[in-house]
Amino acid sequence: MSINKVNTHIIPMEFQYHAPTTLAEASALLEKYGDEAKILAGGTDLIPHMKQRKVEATHVINIKKIPELACIKETSKGIEIGANTKLRAIELSPLIKEKTPLLSEAAATVGSVQIRNLGTVGGNICNASPSADMATPLLALDTVVNVYNREGSKDYTLEEFLHGRGEVKLEPGELLTGMTIPLQPKNAGMAFEKVGWTTFDIATVNVAAVLTLKDGKIDHCRVTLGACSPAPVRVYQAESILIGEEPTQELFDEAVYLIAACVEPRESWRRAPPEYRRKASQALAIDALTRSIEKARRLA
Amino acid sequence: MKIEITVNGRKRQFDVEPNKLLLNLVRDELHLTGTKYGCGIGECGACTVHLDGEAVLACMVLAVDADGKQVDTIEGVAEDGNLDPVQEAFIEEGAIQCGFCTPGFIMTTKALLKENPNPTEHEIREYLKGNYCRCTGYVNIINAVQSAAKKLQS
Repeated sequence: MSINKVNTHIIPMEFQYHAPTTLAEASALLEKYGDEAKILAGGTDLIPHMKQRKVEATHVINIKKIPELACIKETSKGIEIGANTKLRAIELSPLIKEKTPLLSEAAATVGSVQIRNLGTVGGNICNASPSADMATPLLALDTVVNVYNREGSKDYTLEEFLHGRGEVKLEPGELLTGMTIPLQPKNAGMAFEKVGWTTFDIATVNVAAVLTLKDGKIDHCRVTLGACSPAPVRVYQAESILIGEEPTQELFDEAVYLIAACVEPRESWRRAPPEYRRKASQALAIDALTRSIEKARRLA
Repeated sequence: MKIEITVNGRKRQFDVEPNKLLLNLVRDELHLTGTKYGCGIGECGACTVHLDGEAVLACMVLAVDADGKQVDTIEGVAEDGNLDPVQEAFIEEGAIQCGFCTPGFIMTTKALLKENPNPTEHEIREYLKGNYCRCTGYVNIINAVQSAAKKLQS
């Protein structure tokens, strides 16, 4: 445990504070200061890290004053969520509860109410933590992320964007503005499962599933696994054996075996050893698949 | 940097360094020491205040980021010398032992009851899970929240 070995009373470094009100201004600041700058969104990771000197920044760029970055809205393309949208807003949004309930389930598992009133979905993704609780469900929803740079904006699939621990696909001067969750198939059953040290904690393993049934067989299927590899992953092998089959216990057992095979052990794992993660990922995946199937059956 | 924050209903101007935390501004500059510094990393909830009406952790908010906003602390809960029903309920139910966690619990409880006037025990436990009490456990605290909910409804 590394709690409070340092003074967390203060931020022991000086920095310049910027609060741009437009994306162009924010991007210019990011380009100007490069690695010396850090984006402040919710602050629930940045501030404790600065207190502990895990992050040193001489420029802090608060993007909360850019109004268009906080929104949840339905468009013809699907649901758009601004990068600065609070996790609490995602948890409580009637639109998200109706269309993509696994996302509000996942948001509700992050920290405490006080943390979710500060923390943002963009921060959760851009920290590029392998255990980001929003990344795993967003990946299962085929989310496309929107990145701003001065020449215009770029779209990446979330899978391209998350390319390994501690890093996302952002060039100097670029920032994540939001994400689009494409329209999901009607009758999709969805579930998110997570286990941590406590219910307050970050995930030791998390799993998301989205699937539909057609004539009693699995039609559309996404299964994603978080906290077990450098970034959350889509488990294509499991999806391909599930699609076109009738959901049975035997089939699920086979699929979760493939999910557990995605666990890539790391030296730095403190929370749980690889064997725990393999077993937990199987158990959580069974729960997620079973719950999604039950919901898909009700909706079919 | 010059900032203006409305603290417990009163507008205040400050000149602060960017690295000053809201918690330290409230405690050191305003001497409102009811809000406690517990862990400093967002685990314990002792520094819970309301920022524009929402429960947040003052140890994770920069003072400059609260510019133009409304901050409510435990000191602003009682009105005209009369305790708030939530405070009364905590006393009556014996939900206080050393008292260190109490301001945080009361601020979180107030946010809970504003959103959900009649919470179930499960909802109370879920909402208060970011507040730690290291003295006595949570049974009396849950009782106090339930009793406060009744008081506020009657």
